[in-house]
Amino acid sequence: MSSLSYAAPTSVDDAVKLLAGSSGLAKVLSGGTDLLVQLRSGRVKPELIVDTKKIPGIIGIREENGGFVIGAGTPGAVVEAHAGLTAAWPGLVEALDLIGSTQIQGRCSLAGNLCNGSPAADSVPALFAANAIAVVVGSKGRREIPVEQIPTGPGRTSLAKDEFILEFKLPPRPARSSDAYLRFIPRTEMDIAVVGCGVSLTLDAKGVCTAARVALGAVAPTVIMVPAAAAALIGHTLDADTLAKLDAAAQAAAKPISDKRGTIEYRTKIAGVLARRTAAIAFDRAAGIKNGKAH
Amino acid sequence: MNYIDSSLKVVGTRPIRPDGVDKVTGRAVFAADTRASGMLWGKMLRSPHAHARIVSIDTTKAEALKGVFGVVTAADFPDIPSEEAFVGEGPMNFRDLALNCMARTKVLYEGHALAAVAASTQAIADEALALIDVKYEILPHVIDVEAAMAPNAPILHDDMFTSGVDPKPTKPSNIAKVVTFRKGDVEAGFKDADVIVEGTYTTQPVHQAYIEPHACLATYSPDGQVQIHSSSQGHFMVRAYTAKLLGMNMSNIRVNPAEIGGGFGGKTLVYLEPIAVALSKKSGRTVKMQMTREDVFKASGPTSGAWMEVKIGAKKDGTIVAAKQVLKYQAGAFAGSPIGPGCMCGFAMYDLPNVDVVGYDVVSNRPKVAAYRAPGAPITSFAVESLMDELAIKLGIDALTLREKNAAKNGTKTHYGPTHQNIGFTAVLAAVKSHPHWKSPVKPGQGRGLATGFWFNIGGESTAQVHVNEDGSVTAATGSPDIGGSRASIGMMVAEVLGVPATSVRTIVADTASIGFTHVTGGSRVTFATGMAATQAAEKIVEDLKKRAAQTWDIPVEAVEWKDGKAYPAGSNAGAFEPLDLATLALKAARTGGPLIAEVSINAQGAGPGFGAHICDVTVDKETGHVTIERYTAVQDVGKAIHPSYVEGQIQGGAAQGIGWALNEEYIYNAKGQMENAGFLDYRVPVASDVPMIEAVLVEVPNPRHPFGARGVGEVPIVPPMAAIANAIRSATGLRMPDLPMSPPKVRAAFDAQA
Repeated sequence: MSSLSYAAPTSVDDAVKLLAGSSGLAKVLSGGTDLLVQLRSGRVKPELIVDTKKIPGIIGIREENGGFVIGAGTPGAVVEAHAGLTAAWPGLVEALDLIGSTQIQGRCSLAGNLCNGSPAADSVPALFAANAIAVVVGSKGRREIPVEQIPTGPGRTSLAKDEFILEFKLPPRPARSSDAYLRFIPRTEMDIAVVGCGVSLTLDAKGVCTAARVALGAVAPTVIMVPAAAAALIGHTLDADTLAKLDAAAQAAAKPISDKRGTIEYRTKIAGVLARRTAAIAFDRAAGIKNGKAH
Repeated sequence: MNYIDSSLKVVGTRPIRPDGVDKVTGRAVFAADTRASGMLWGKMLRSPHAHARIVSIDTTKAEALKGVFGVVTAADFPDIPSEEAFVGEGPMNFRDLALNCMARTKVLYEGHALAAVAASTQAIADEALALIDVKYEILPHVIDVEAAMAPNAPILHDDMFTSGVDPKPTKPSNIAKVVTFRKGDVEAGFKDADVIVEGTYTTQPVHQAYIEPHACLATYSPDGQVQIHSSSQGHFMVRAYTAKLLGMNMSNIRVNPAEIGGGFGGKTLVYLEPIAVALSKKSGRTVKMQMTREDVFKASGPTSGAWMEVKIGAKKDGTIVAAKQVLKYQAGAFAGSPIGPGCMCGFAMYDLPNVDVVGYDVVSNRPKVAAYRAPGAPITSFAVESLMDELAIKLGIDALTLREKNAAKNGTKTHYGPTHQNIGFTAVLAAVKSHPHWKSPVKPGQGRGLATGFWFNIGGESTAQVHVNEDGSVTAATGSPDIGGSRASIGMMVAEVLGVPATSVRTIVADTASIGFTHVTGGSRVTFATGMAATQAAEKIVEDLKKRAAQTWDIPVEAVEWKDGKAYPAGSNAGAFEPLDLATLALKAARTGGPLIAEVSINAQGAGPGFGAHICDVTVDKETGHVTIERYTAVQDVGKAIHPSYVEGQIQGGAAQGIGWALNEEYIYNAKGQMENAGFLDYRVPVASDVPMIEAVLVEVPNPRHPFGARGVGEVPIVPPMAAIANAIRSATGLRMPDLPMSPPKVRAAFDAQA
């Protein structure tokens, strides 16, 4: 009979030691909304589960050097309730808010969503677009890396066996900056993105885009940055020509597969559609025009 | 007695549902909630292959594992001959059922059971399953209905020779039978037509998606007695099927009905119970089995997918003169798709002189289909009602007017034989015409669709008992599992007859040893048939109560009347006595003849068919292909709504399931014939936010064959939605979507093709 150990260390060092010392598969448990489902279905059979939620500071949000720091295990519901974060990063918050149901929101975390390694993860394109930095801890100490460097393929990350994410840092926001996230699903909620798109940008006083980051989900083995899409926005207002270029850049970057959630042809077209729609919301928000929640 | 024109005090009101508190507080005991001391867990080994010959099954390693108490394969069950089942819903053959529960020589679909283990824990049971060594010879498989009918298709059953064709074929095929219905001269009719429309349509198999997976608890005693706790749409069906598959006497099997978490037709057959009994017999312990959701999708019945061709000819004024249909329904691995009702229901709404319908029942390497709400009717109606919309467009006639012009009325002879009587279709259409939804202009950017539907409804065998307890409260017991509010409606009918409030009557579902035979809860028959038995039992109680009052007063029984829960002298001539109420008579029952109990067993006849018409408004996102249902109104002739809230709930539930069928539900198979979306994440039933408030409009044209005028109401509402939505999409976009589901990729592709 196989056995499964569970530990809930109260310090980073203890957690790292446990992970490093495991002879078989060790999994980090944050909210557990993916891990428990995988355990029940038999898809993963870990020897050890290390619950990181008891580590001080891993849950919570603080402002630091003009930006925000979000603890890796902070549940979606806590993030959504944070007024300052919601004002500065509405796209990231709405992306996290799209994960699962109200019950799931009480548990699901940004780190879990990122490290689960799904190309369709909702919060990840928004994290990519936000230029978020992940603070990673492990036996070799602490390192700070852009979130884009974490996922390496479906279900895979660049983290070593004894590493996990402690927190995320979001950069300070210049004036007239905002972000947005949209996903397409066949239903209206409780579904996995067929395509997801995160856009973060800054406008000048005339409404011309001066900085932009565009990320796409579910169109490649990992969430991808689309520099050509960002380039289509920078230096422009959101006119028809810009939208057409943005659409074309997103479609060109999309390299999806056909699976039970969508075909190559459909996903590619939707990548263009979502890039346009997401950018429009981000532009409005950055210009101070209120916009409803994406869905 | 008939109460249709009486003034009613209970029937037609909306008392609080009797099962509600237990369900919302989690106290209700569903099948998976039952356990016993020393209980073992039974688990099924299921085929990973869509089609394979079983070369050998070696269970020795599994049996040797510590904690394993029994392993069974088909060798542990009698190899029973082909025989039509005598209970249940829809066509069922005991041999097929046995082979579906436990494969013998071949596995016919991914998920097909071929061995089972009983172990002390679920983990040990899982480990034991992995130790069973099965050698398969993988065979070519076929999933789609048309591919299965092709001349070179892999054959599932080498003893299947198409029935219904002359001469009888000499070669086996996947076509189990061909059925034909003809009325008039269809070719002459088409010659007479001014306008002819034709279309080809396909639908996908869809699962009933009940929230409760199949589960049971079974105990075999060494003296041969068996106790089963399970959730089903008919515990008498469970008893009969289990007895048949195990070669036992029914009297040795007692089945206790658990609370049921949805059935929709899918729990009218067995999957687990005979296996759990066999494991209990082998292990000497109680065995519990329950399916996972994946098991439910891969191994329990959806309804058929289909390929259909329809042709309709009409005069310029809209009068239909000819209608023709070819239906190919896939049955899953064993014969028995609802092709019969499919052939009957498509045109049943209309008065047509010339009709020709041919249907094929086709097997393929998918799970065996099971009944699903109005089995067969939603499929055929999607095709017919989509084409009716095309006909209306071509003729330049309003969709409602076209239907009014051709609507079936009392006296209309159907193409499948019977003549419609006491039907309310024209009343339904009149209610559509006067409804604010139909009269309101279509909003800019939206489209509106209309479609209608028909279902027979059935009666059948039911038993009901009414017990007046010592304090005058009342227990009503029936053999009908409650899947749609029957405890409420039966209790209300009993209360009405006895003249007491609904809260005085508690209705229970009695087990197979405690009440007379009752056919499954299916065909929308329970409020009609079991309700009729309960009404008659309550009437017997009233007669008994009058007799006892007469005896107390020493006057003739004819001089006693029963009113508002009390016995009164019928007039001044009868004498001046204080009325005797139920509680008083109950208290004195010992002195007036003993317990006040009545039982009635009937085979109810005269179930009134039901008709519905749905109006649907949609918007379509041209870029993503996403369809949003903006407004939905479902009009239906319900005969008499015993408890209107439940009736509205049935109509809303049927429409919601239809919305899922229309927009997103489908089985996705890989090249190996394995299902890729066996879970609620990727098998997309609608979530609450996908469905608008569905307005249910109750039209009450009483069914004179029921004491209160009731008709079955639970099945009609799933018939019209798919075409109503397709017609709304057509109205919004100009696109005709002939293939279900009308999912975003398909709609977007249709837009791209249109451009």
